[in-house]
Amino acid sequence: MTLYIFLTLAVISLITALLMVLSRNPVHSVLFLILTFFTLAGQYILLNAQFLAVVHIIVYAGAIMVLFLFVLMLLNLSRDTEPQKSNLWKLSGAIASGLLLVTLVGAMRGGIALQIPEAENPGVGLVENLGKVLFTDFVVPFEIAGILFLAAMVGAVLVGKRDLKI
Amino acid sequence: MLEIIRQIPIDYYVWLSTALFCIGVFGVLIRRNAIVVLMCVELMLNAVNLLLAAFSTYLSDAQGQIMVFFIMVVAAAEAAVGLGILVMIYRNTKSTDISLLDKLRN
Repeated sequence: MTLYIFLTLAVISLITALLMVLSRNPVHSVLFLILTFFTLAGQYILLNAQFLAVVHIIVYAGAIMVLFLFVLMLLNLSRDTEPQKSNLWKLSGAIASGLLLVTLVGAMRGGIALQIPEAENPGVGLVENLGKVLFTDFVVPFEIAGILFLAAMVGAVLVGKRDLKI
Repeated sequence: MLEIIRQIPIDYYVWLSTALFCIGVFGVLIRRNAIVVLMCVELMLNAVNLLLAAFSTYLSDAQGQIMVFFIMVVAAAEAAVGLGILVMIYRNTKSTDISLLDKLRN
Protein backbone atom coordinates (compact mmCIF):
# COMPACT_ATOMS: atom_id res chain seq x y z
CA MET A 1 0.00 0.00 0.00
CA THR A 2 2.76 2.43 0.96
CA LEU A 3 4.62 1.49 -2.19
CA TYR A 4 1.60 2.31 -4.35
CA ILE A 5 1.15 5.68 -2.67
CA PHE A 6 4.84 6.40 -3.21
CA LEU A 7 4.72 5.41 -6.88
CA THR A 8 1.57 7.44 -7.54
CA LEU A 9 3.06 10.54 -5.93
CA ALA A 10 6.35 10.03 -7.78
CA VAL A 11 4.68 9.68 -11.18
CA ILE A 12 2.48 12.73 -10.58
CA SER A 13 5.45 14.81 -9.47
CA LEU A 14 7.56 13.81 -12.47
CA ILE A 15 4.73 14.53 -14.93
CA THR A 16 3.89 17.91 -13.39
CA ALA A 17 7.58 18.87 -13.27
CA LEU A 18 7.93 18.06 -16.97
CA LEU A 19 4.75 19.98 -17.79
CA MET A 20 6.14 22.91 -15.78
CA VAL A 21 9.26 22.97 -17.92
CA LEU A 22 7.48 22.43 -21.23
CA SER A 23 4.38 24.64 -20.94
CA ARG A 24 4.56 27.85 -22.96
CA ASN A 25 2.54 30.03 -20.61
CA PRO A 26 4.54 31.03 -17.50
CA VAL A 27 1.39 31.14 -15.35
CA HIS A 28 0.74 27.49 -16.18
CA SER A 29 4.35 26.76 -15.24
CA VAL A 30 3.80 28.25 -11.79
CA LEU A 31 0.60 26.28 -11.27
CA PHE A 32 2.25 23.00 -12.31
CA LEU A 33 5.15 23.72 -9.98
CA ILE A 34 2.69 24.20 -7.11
CA LEU A 35 1.23 20.77 -7.93
CA THR A 36 4.74 19.29 -7.85
CA PHE A 37 5.32 20.85 -4.44
CA PHE A 38 2.10 19.34 -3.09
CA THR A 39 3.16 15.87 -4.20
CA LEU A 40 6.53 16.43 -2.53
CA ALA A 41 4.68 17.37 0.66
CA GLY A 42 2.89 14.04 0.31
CA GLN A 43 6.27 12.32 0.14
CA TYR A 44 7.32 14.08 3.35
CA ILE A 45 4.17 12.85 5.09
CA LEU A 46 4.95 9.33 3.83
CA LEU A 47 8.42 9.68 5.37
CA ASN A 48 6.79 10.69 8.68
CA ALA A 49 8.49 14.10 8.42
CA GLN A 50 5.36 15.98 9.44
CA PHE A 51 7.09 19.21 10.40
CA LEU A 52 8.79 19.39 7.01
CA ALA A 53 5.52 18.68 5.19
CA VAL A 54 3.72 21.55 6.90
CA VAL A 55 6.64 23.96 6.51
CA HIS A 56 7.00 22.94 2.87
CA ILE A 57 3.36 23.74 2.10
CA ILE A 58 3.42 27.01 4.06
CA VAL A 59 6.75 28.29 2.73
CA TYR A 60 6.78 26.99 -0.83
CA ALA A 61 3.17 26.71 -1.93
CA GLY A 62 2.04 29.52 0.35
CA ALA A 63 4.78 32.12 0.15
CA ILE A 64 7.30 31.57 -2.61
CA MET A 65 4.92 30.51 -5.36
CA VAL A 66 2.47 33.30 -4.52
CA LEU A 67 5.43 35.70 -4.86
CA PHE A 68 6.19 34.21 -8.29
CA LEU A 69 2.54 34.50 -9.34
CA PHE A 70 2.40 38.12 -8.18
CA VAL A 71 5.49 39.03 -10.18
CA LEU A 72 4.13 37.26 -13.27
CA MET A 73 0.85 39.16 -12.94
CA LEU A 74 2.62 42.48 -12.36
CA LEU A 75 4.81 42.04 -15.42
CA ASN A 76 1.78 40.83 -17.41
CA LEU A 77 3.66 37.98 -19.07
CA SER A 78 1.72 35.52 -21.17
CA ARG A 79 2.16 33.04 -23.96
CA ASP A 80 2.51 35.74 -26.63
CA THR A 81 5.40 37.57 -25.01
CA GLU A 82 7.18 34.39 -23.97
CA PRO A 83 10.67 34.23 -25.53
CA GLN A 84 11.50 30.85 -27.06
CA LYS A 85 14.81 29.17 -27.64
CA SER A 86 15.42 27.53 -30.99
CA ASN A 87 14.75 23.83 -31.46
CA LEU A 88 18.47 23.14 -31.66
CA TRP A 89 18.92 24.63 -28.20
CA LYS A 90 16.04 22.54 -26.87
CA LEU A 91 17.46 19.37 -28.37
CA SER A 92 20.92 20.01 -26.95
CA GLY A 93 19.40 20.85 -23.55
CA ALA A 94 17.46 17.58 -23.60
CA ILE A 95 20.59 15.63 -24.54
CA ALA A 96 22.70 17.33 -21.85
CA SER A 97 20.21 16.76 -19.04
CA GLY A 98 19.53 13.23 -20.26
CA LEU A 99 23.24 12.49 -20.13
CA LEU A 100 23.37 13.88 -16.58
CA LEU A 101 20.49 11.57 -15.63
CA VAL A 102 22.20 8.56 -17.21
CA THR A 103 25.47 9.38 -15.45
CA LEU A 104 23.86 9.77 -12.03
CA VAL A 105 21.71 6.64 -12.36
CA GLY A 106 24.68 4.67 -13.67
CA ALA A 107 26.78 5.74 -10.70
CA MET A 108 24.16 4.27 -8.35
CA ARG A 109 23.40 1.19 -10.43
CA GLY A 110 24.61 -1.29 -7.83
CA GLY A 111 22.12 -0.08 -5.27
CA ILE A 112 22.79 1.64 -1.98
CA ALA A 113 23.61 -0.52 1.02
CA LEU A 114 22.28 1.55 3.90
CA GLN A 115 23.13 0.60 7.48
CA ILE A 116 19.74 1.11 9.08
CA PRO A 117 20.34 1.50 12.81
CA GLU A 118 18.78 -1.06 15.15
CA ALA A 119 17.52 1.38 17.74
CA GLU A 120 15.63 3.61 15.36
CA ASN A 121 13.33 6.41 16.31
CA PRO A 122 10.17 6.61 14.16
CA GLY A 123 9.34 10.05 15.56
CA VAL A 124 12.46 11.70 14.22
CA GLY A 125 10.51 14.09 12.00
CA LEU A 126 8.01 15.27 14.59
CA VAL A 127 8.00 18.84 15.85
CA GLU A 128 9.03 17.83 19.37
CA ASN A 129 12.22 16.10 18.31
CA LEU A 130 13.17 18.59 15.59
CA GLY A 131 12.57 21.53 17.90
CA LYS A 132 14.91 20.06 20.49
CA VAL A 133 17.66 19.54 17.90
CA LEU A 134 17.09 22.95 16.33
CA PHE A 135 17.35 24.85 19.60
CA THR A 136 20.25 22.91 21.08
CA ASP A 137 22.68 21.80 18.37
CA PHE A 138 21.69 24.30 15.70
CA VAL A 139 21.08 27.52 17.66
CA VAL A 140 23.86 29.50 15.96
CA PRO A 141 22.77 28.61 12.38
CA PHE A 142 19.21 29.44 13.38
CA GLU A 143 20.20 32.93 14.53
CA ILE A 144 22.34 33.41 11.42
CA ALA A 145 19.29 32.48 9.34
CA GLY A 146 17.43 35.31 11.09
CA ILE A 147 20.19 37.75 10.12
CA LEU A 148 20.06 36.41 6.55
CA PHE A 149 16.33 37.13 6.39
CA LEU A 150 16.88 40.67 7.66
CA ALA A 151 19.57 41.23 5.03
CA ALA A 152 17.36 39.75 2.30
CA MET A 153 14.45 41.97 3.36
CA VAL A 154 16.55 45.14 3.30
CA GLY A 155 18.12 44.07 -0.01
CA ALA A 156 14.77 43.34 -1.67
CA VAL A 157 13.35 46.72 -0.58
CA LEU A 158 16.47 48.57 -1.77
CA VAL A 159 16.55 46.77 -5.11
CA GLY A 160 12.87 47.42 -5.69
CA LYS A 161 12.99 51.17 -5.07
CA ARG A 162 12.41 53.20 -8.21
CA ASP A 163 14.71 56.18 -7.67
CA LEU A 164 17.39 55.34 -5.20
CA LYS A 165 19.09 58.21 -3.42
CA ILE A 166 21.98 57.33 -1.11
CA MET B 1 9.79 0.22 12.51
CA LEU B 2 8.27 2.59 10.03
CA GLU B 3 6.23 0.90 7.32
CA ILE B 4 8.05 2.79 4.61
CA ILE B 5 11.54 1.53 5.47
CA ARG B 6 10.43 -2.07 5.05
CA GLN B 7 8.49 -1.52 1.82
CA ILE B 8 10.47 1.05 -0.16
CA PRO B 9 14.22 0.78 -0.75
CA ILE B 10 16.14 4.05 -0.44
CA ASP B 11 17.13 3.68 -4.11
CA TYR B 12 13.63 4.66 -5.20
CA TYR B 13 14.01 8.01 -3.45
CA VAL B 14 17.44 8.47 -4.99
CA TRP B 15 16.07 7.80 -8.47
CA LEU B 16 13.07 10.06 -7.98
CA SER B 17 15.14 12.99 -6.79
CA THR B 18 17.74 12.42 -9.52
CA ALA B 19 14.98 12.59 -12.12
CA LEU B 20 13.50 15.75 -10.59
CA PHE B 21 16.95 17.36 -10.48
CA CYS B 22 17.57 16.53 -14.14
CA ILE B 23 14.18 17.97 -15.12
CA GLY B 24 15.24 21.16 -13.31
CA VAL B 25 18.53 21.23 -15.23
CA PHE B 26 16.60 20.68 -18.47
CA GLY B 27 14.36 23.63 -17.68
CA VAL B 28 17.29 25.91 -16.90
CA LEU B 29 18.87 24.96 -20.21
CA ILE B 30 15.86 25.36 -22.52
CA ARG B 31 13.88 28.28 -21.09
CA ARG B 32 14.64 31.94 -21.73
CA ASN B 33 12.16 33.53 -19.36
CA ALA B 34 14.14 34.43 -16.23
CA ILE B 35 11.21 33.75 -13.89
CA VAL B 36 10.79 30.20 -15.21
CA VAL B 37 14.55 29.67 -14.86
CA LEU B 38 14.30 30.69 -11.18
CA MET B 39 11.41 28.24 -10.77
CA CYS B 40 13.52 25.44 -12.24
CA VAL B 41 16.23 26.26 -9.70
CA GLU B 42 13.59 25.92 -6.96
CA LEU B 43 12.68 22.50 -8.38
CA MET B 44 16.33 21.41 -8.17
CA LEU B 45 16.52 22.60 -4.56
CA ASN B 46 13.42 20.57 -3.79
CA ALA B 47 14.89 17.43 -5.32
CA VAL B 48 17.85 17.75 -2.95
CA ASN B 49 15.50 18.43 -0.03
CA LEU B 50 13.57 15.23 -0.71
CA LEU B 51 16.77 13.19 -0.73
CA LEU B 52 17.98 14.72 2.54
CA ALA B 53 14.63 14.06 4.21
CA ALA B 54 14.56 10.45 2.97
CA PHE B 55 18.04 9.66 4.25
CA SER B 56 17.25 11.41 7.53
CA THR B 57 14.20 9.22 8.08
CA TYR B 58 15.92 6.00 7.04
CA LEU B 59 18.88 6.64 9.37
CA SER B 60 16.73 8.10 12.22
CA ASP B 61 18.93 11.18 12.27
CA ALA B 62 17.26 14.55 12.72
CA GLN B 63 20.15 16.58 11.33
CA GLY B 64 19.14 15.95 7.71
CA GLN B 65 15.70 17.42 8.30
CA ILE B 66 17.20 20.45 10.05
CA MET B 67 19.36 20.90 6.94
CA VAL B 68 16.20 20.80 4.78
CA PHE B 69 14.70 23.48 7.00
CA PHE B 70 17.72 25.73 6.47
CA ILE B 71 17.65 25.12 2.71
CA MET B 72 14.01 26.27 2.70
CA VAL B 73 15.01 29.41 4.63
CA VAL B 74 17.75 30.25 2.15
CA ALA B 75 15.44 29.48 -0.81
CA ALA B 76 12.83 31.90 0.53
CA ALA B 77 15.42 34.68 0.90
CA GLU B 78 16.81 33.89 -2.55
CA ALA B 79 13.38 34.03 -4.18
CA ALA B 80 12.59 37.40 -2.60
CA VAL B 81 15.85 39.04 -3.68
CA GLY B 82 15.88 37.33 -7.09
CA LEU B 83 12.36 38.44 -7.94
CA GLY B 84 13.20 41.99 -6.79
CA ILE B 85 16.16 42.02 -9.16
CA LEU B 86 13.94 40.62 -11.95
CA VAL B 87 11.35 43.37 -11.51
CA MET B 88 14.18 45.92 -11.69
CA ILE B 89 15.52 44.31 -14.89
CA TYR B 90 12.03 44.35 -16.41
CA ARG B 91 11.72 48.07 -15.63
CA ASN B 92 14.94 48.78 -17.53
CA THR B 93 14.68 46.41 -20.49
CA LYS B 94 10.88 45.81 -20.70
CA SER B 95 11.56 42.08 -20.93
CA THR B 96 12.54 39.11 -18.78
CA ASP B 97 14.47 37.41 -21.57
CA ILE B 98 17.78 36.22 -20.14
CA SER B 99 19.51 36.33 -23.55
CA LEU B 100 19.29 40.15 -23.44
CA LEU B 101 21.40 40.22 -20.29
CA ASP B 102 24.84 39.96 -21.85
CA LYS B 103 26.04 43.50 -21.09
CA LEU B 104 29.02 42.18 -19.13
CA ARG B 105 30.32 40.27 -22.15
CA ASN B 106 33.59 41.65 -23.65
